[in-house]
Amino acid sequence: MSDREFELAASPHLKAGVSTARIMWSVVGSLVPVVAASAWFFGYPALLVILSATLGAVATERAFGPRGSLRDGSAAITGLLLGLALPAGLPLWMAFVGGAFGIGFGKAIFGGLGQNVFNPALLGRAFLQAAFPVALTTWPAVGGGWTATRGATFAVPFTGGATADAVTAATPLGLWKFEGEATPLGALAIGQTGGSLGETASILILLGGAYLAWKRYLDWRIPVAVFGSVALLSAILSAIDPARYPGPLFMLFSGGLMLGAVYMATDPVTSPVTHAGAWIFGLGIGVLVVVIRSWGGLPEGVMYAILLMNALVPFIDRATRPRVFGTGRGAEAT
Amino acid sequence: MDRPRRPLQLIRSARAVGAKALRGSTGFRHGVHPPDSKRLTERVPIRRMPFPGEIVLPLRQHAGKPAIPMVKSGDRVERGDKIAAADGFVSAPVHASATGVVSGVGLAPHPDGSFSPAIRIAVERFSPQIPRPRLVPRWEGLTPQEVVLAVQEAGVVGLGGAAFPTHVKLRPPPDAKVELLVVNGAECEPYLTTDHRTMVEHPDRVWFGVRIMLHCLGAGRAVIGVERNKPDAISALEAARPSDLDARVMPLTVKYPQGAEKMLIRAITGREVPSGKLPVNVGVVVQNAGSIATIAEVFQTGLPLVERIVTVTGPGVRRPSNLVVPVGTKLRDVLEFCGGLADDATEILFGGPMMGLPQSDLDVPILKGTTGVVALTRAETNRGTVYPCIHCGHCLDACPVFLDPQRLAALAQAGNYEEMEALHLADCMLCGSCSYVCPSNIPLSQMFALGKAAVRRVSPTRAA
Repeated sequence: MSDREFELAASPHLKAGVSTARIMWSVVGSLVPVVAASAWFFGYPALLVILSATLGAVATERAFGPRGSLRDGSAAITGLLLGLALPAGLPLWMAFVGGAFGIGFGKAIFGGLGQNVFNPALLGRAFLQAAFPVALTTWPAVGGGWTATRGATFAVPFTGGATADAVTAATPLGLWKFEGEATPLGALAIGQTGGSLGETASILILLGGAYLAWKRYLDWRIPVAVFGSVALLSAILSAIDPARYPGPLFMLFSGGLMLGAVYMATDPVTSPVTHAGAWIFGLGIGVLVVVIRSWGGLPEGVMYAILLMNALVPFIDRATRPRVFGTGRGAEAT
Repeated sequence: MDRPRRPLQLIRSARAVGAKALRGSTGFRHGVHPPDSKRLTERVPIRRMPFPGEIVLPLRQHAGKPAIPMVKSGDRVERGDKIAAADGFVSAPVHASATGVVSGVGLAPHPDGSFSPAIRIAVERFSPQIPRPRLVPRWEGLTPQEVVLAVQEAGVVGLGGAAFPTHVKLRPPPDAKVELLVVNGAECEPYLTTDHRTMVEHPDRVWFGVRIMLHCLGAGRAVIGVERNKPDAISALEAARPSDLDARVMPLTVKYPQGAEKMLIRAITGREVPSGKLPVNVGVVVQNAGSIATIAEVFQTGLPLVERIVTVTGPGVRRPSNLVVPVGTKLRDVLEFCGGLADDATEILFGGPMMGLPQSDLDVPILKGTTGVVALTRAETNRGTVYPCIHCGHCLDACPVFLDPQRLAALAQAGNYEEMEALHLADCMLCGSCSYVCPSNIPLSQMFALGKAAVRRVSPTRAA
């Protein structure tokens, strides 16, 4: 037998089929129906907002990230999620700046994928909220067709003309908080309401999340813990004073809760690695959401709830590190 | 004060029920499910391979001190003759696996990648290879001490890979009480079928070995654990079970690493071997099915350990087989007998694909502890791009000893070996489950092997 050169590598010599890039691109794929729904409700400006947020994220990753890091798909997710969390009428340059900020200061500055503490999409949105509070809370109404103008989409940067003539509508949470008016549940579930682009299509978000959880690409414990704690807490509150506090179904299907719990809180980089940690993390987000929505100055609190819990992840991980085989309880049992 | 404690008690009893249910399914927590790929050889009967032209017998084939050579160049040896003596208690002698003339005592390629002292034998052509009669005494009437001595003299070591000298296992520390013998028939490594075929074709040998070991250990009970993917082995063992032994066959969940000692004991008894301790601390001794059959065989035939069963398999081998191979046969000869390598074979392993050692030299010999030869092609070995860790936690769900591999990896990259030790690096068995599932293709278990080596360099006494 003739000799040839053989590969020498450390064991194991087999690999399970899933790769990080595959996980990331599956997340992108599962968001396609949500993007389509936002275009259906808010017309072409919606697509442009998502596109420019994504462009901002991807361009910044390309400029400051490691070579070839676009291929892992994580920058595209950040841009997409940021875009879906913005109002449809936002000037495109603002969406671009948000994407760039999210990747630049939310991720690249920490050392790239896997190193960041806060969810980059939410950090981008928090920045926009602080920088352009009016533009970020101007919600165009659903309907009006594909070609209708939703605001100052093509505003020239830094001209201040953030709001143009467009039909606007308050979000269901804003209606509740400031007008005491309830939105029908059916409209909430389908997404026939004012709000950020991707916040509205609750059912599509749930379906996408279910697919990812089934593939084990996201930890189902986090959204379940968020939904569970929000439902429980708001049920208790609305039982005490139904005129002041909305019921659990309204709380679950309104605002950014679905998008946040399913797609943002489950970002593996900024969520705990342990099962117990995932429960605690989700629970914390749920409690904070109800607290901010009920007693805070803002109608919506999902973004801050997740960002606050992001900061606690290292501590949660350390506190919930699993018991090593043959130590503690396991060793005592013998 | 009985009422307030009730919820806690409820939780406790629920946990006990859960633990019992887990024990009922006879598995362990976590682990991975690589494709078992055993179809290639699981129905192929064991065949004997012809004697090769040259035999290479390394002096270091077992855990413990290397053996001391007793022969020199030019000496004629017969099959079964002792040619190297054990050096102390934790060591094993080496026997000539073929009749011939010693052609050299010197360095030869070793499967661990080094050049190691070895005895070369030029095999006598046309020799009938009939050994001298009864080099190992009959078992009947021997005291446990005499049996242990005979096992030691026959050079028997564990055949499951680690090659731990069997006689050491047969003489547990005097203060330990062994009540259960666990026979490891899990064979959880993909591709390998040596134990499987041994249990199917020689169940009587396995049971005879159980009888000998129970006699030596003074243990009352034996359990043979077999993964459920080997129903023919389970039924063959059941059919051959001697009625006078307190012994049973237990089907186990098919999961890697079911055959790891601690996982096996957890699956069969529900007990966890304490961190840093041995199975004997929970009253159990574990012996691999192939090794126990070998103990029986040396007493039956009177011939020391000079040959073993090897699975030669994988998509890179033309004729996958289960072979009886003289110890010291070169990899080249074994592959040639199996029709040679396929053109696309890229990696050759000694052992299974999860923990096996890759080989670069076809002149390395089959050792006592070589369970199999697996040749893989590019399709299996493609390792993919390495991405940064995204903290998905899949490695935590895979680790059978509940470590935090992603944290350990971060510490390894920072060179923080003290902190790795504090996080129980010593409990890592290097089973490779974490690396197997990692979507970012991070070589976790390789990092931990290096970490263990680094800890050993700093403090050689610590058992990391």
